[in-house]
Amino acid sequence: MKHQAKARIWADYQKQIPDDRFYYLRSCIRQNLFPGSEQAFLRILRNELGKAIFDDPAHTTCAGIAYHSDLLPFETLQTIAARQFALMTGAGYQHAAVSCVTSFGIYSEILETWKEFPEEEAKARELLWKATGREFEVPKSVVHCSDIIYHFKDRIAARQKYFLRNRETGKPLNLVEHIGCHYSKMFPGKGVGGAEFSCVLSGMVEAWGGHVVDYPERRHCCGFGFRQYLIMANRGYPVSNSRKKFESMEPYRPDAIICNCPGCTMFLDKWQYVIGEMEGKTYGPERSGIPVLTYEELAGLVLGYDPWDLGLQMHQVDCEPLLQKMGVACDPSMKYKGVNGKNLGRPALPACFRVNKPEAASL
Amino acid sequence: MLTASGVALLEKPAMTLYEQLRQDVRFVEGLKACMNCGVCTAICPAAEFFDYDPRMIAVEVQSRDEARIEKLLRSETIWYCGQCMSCKTRCPRGNCPGLIINALRKLSQELGYFTASRRGRQQYALKEVLITNILNKGYCIHPDSFIPERHPEQGPVWKWVFENRKGLYGRLGANLDQDGPGTLRKIRKNVLGELSAIFDESGATGFLDKIDAASREKAKEMGLTDEGGMDRYFMHVYTSSEL
Repeated sequence: MKHQAKARIWADYQKQIPDDRFYYLRSCIRQNLFPGSEQAFLRILRNELGKAIFDDPAHTTCAGIAYHSDLLPFETLQTIAARQFALMTGAGYQHAAVSCVTSFGIYSEILETWKEFPEEEAKARELLWKATGREFEVPKSVVHCSDIIYHFKDRIAARQKYFLRNRETGKPLNLVEHIGCHYSKMFPGKGVGGAEFSCVLSGMVEAWGGHVVDYPERRHCCGFGFRQYLIMANRGYPVSNSRKKFESMEPYRPDAIICNCPGCTMFLDKWQYVIGEMEGKTYGPERSGIPVLTYEELAGLVLGYDPWDLGLQMHQVDCEPLLQKMGVACDPSMKYKGVNGKNLGRPALPACFRVNKPEAASL
Repeated sequence: MLTASGVALLEKPAMTLYEQLRQDVRFVEGLKACMNCGVCTAICPAAEFFDYDPRMIAVEVQSRDEARIEKLLRSETIWYCGQCMSCKTRCPRGNCPGLIINALRKLSQELGYFTASRRGRQQYALKEVLITNILNKGYCIHPDSFIPERHPEQGPVWKWVFENRKGLYGRLGANLDQDGPGTLRKIRKNVLGELSAIFDESGATGFLDKIDAASREKAKEMGLTDEGGMDRYFMHVYTSSEL
């Protein structure tokens, strides 16, 4: 009886993820900070899985960062989303594949609002028509791109070249995951496994041979906070939140952090550098950092994609220790090369992020 | 007010602040009846690092007391929330203080109250950065304006990316500032025109004008304008921790 009740509750958190024909909605932060991840996602869907996904040049930002910074009325946000839906309708697609977790939260919030307050949908339709002459159909489904990779994780595993195992010891690598807040905290039913037991990332890690570490602050926010990061004077807030997470995961000695939100990936990467500079504190072995990867980068690595095609050289915390553990073959001399192998120099604090000065310094 | 025959008509009273908040669908959705259990405060990351208590936000607005709501609209308090929406997951009554905050911040800016607080004044800098990006580029963030001097926390690798962005983005298969689809493609003028028209029709343009006008007035009052320019005010609100 008890078991049946649990199964019923769990059924609420099993998400329907479409199999094919996606309309791709790109992410502002992912395009800027992790451009190789979006490329890898398209490559995996098209080349590895044989799926159709439309990359429309006419779509734009969802404006979610400005909205959550309270610069835009909700009506504006809804109308911008309605325009994206109109483009989908025009192109003949019904399943939105959303790259950004903030955008995913926004589309989810808008669609839920329209169910509860139909007058809001009517207003959005009218505003869109007046502004652009466009009309739309409500999408059949809106999924985050991590949902899609999760959906096909076993097919990816079947083509796996590298495993999430330590090549020398044969033991599974220890990975910690961080789920972006707007993936399922607002609408738990829209995330695989809900808000507390999200398994969209842990499912991938386990399917590809890794071990997922549960740590106390697993569900704590990375601290982005929109206005709390974008304004220089407020950045103590995001770094404090990320620091809380690092302190919580440190005792478990993770080999890597994996995220589904591009903002979280960026912060968990960059704040390790900041904390190193400010406090002389690092969270990885031998005074290095913990590599932070997007799920697309992780999927690309296990499929054998070149780490420098994936854009791992754009991370502040060096990912090479993880590549060595996995036994990923790559040419270090290509790390800092541009188009046609052109030498692009190297960052001032290159190769491996390593803090040599234990004493605190001011940034 | 008198009619032509001299009969006094009662003027329709202006909406109270609470009624104005109720005009915002997010407020309706975010506040049903708070029982003050404090679960939202227990889970709130902002409550951990700031003198901030989402439970009290619900208490204050639920009081319907005009003076208390106005004080809130002029306060630092409403600007602490980080919009993670963890409160939404946890509230046993289905409330969401994060959504109440959205409505309060909107009204604070509509009424020009936001310039009374240091954190409220930061809206000017946010507007300058984000809205410029959206209307000129079609993105909230763009490499051209993500400049290392304003983002030292991004570290030396981002500085290297920024300085070599054309070659590096190209090597990663991006389509930086070029026609056609792809990562960081150029958003065409007609598309930007549609975004701009959406801003006009949906009230964003008028709302942003209000933020701009109130900020300019505050900049003058603070002596932070140079021949009408807002550069000093921008840098002040962007960097200063002084109250």
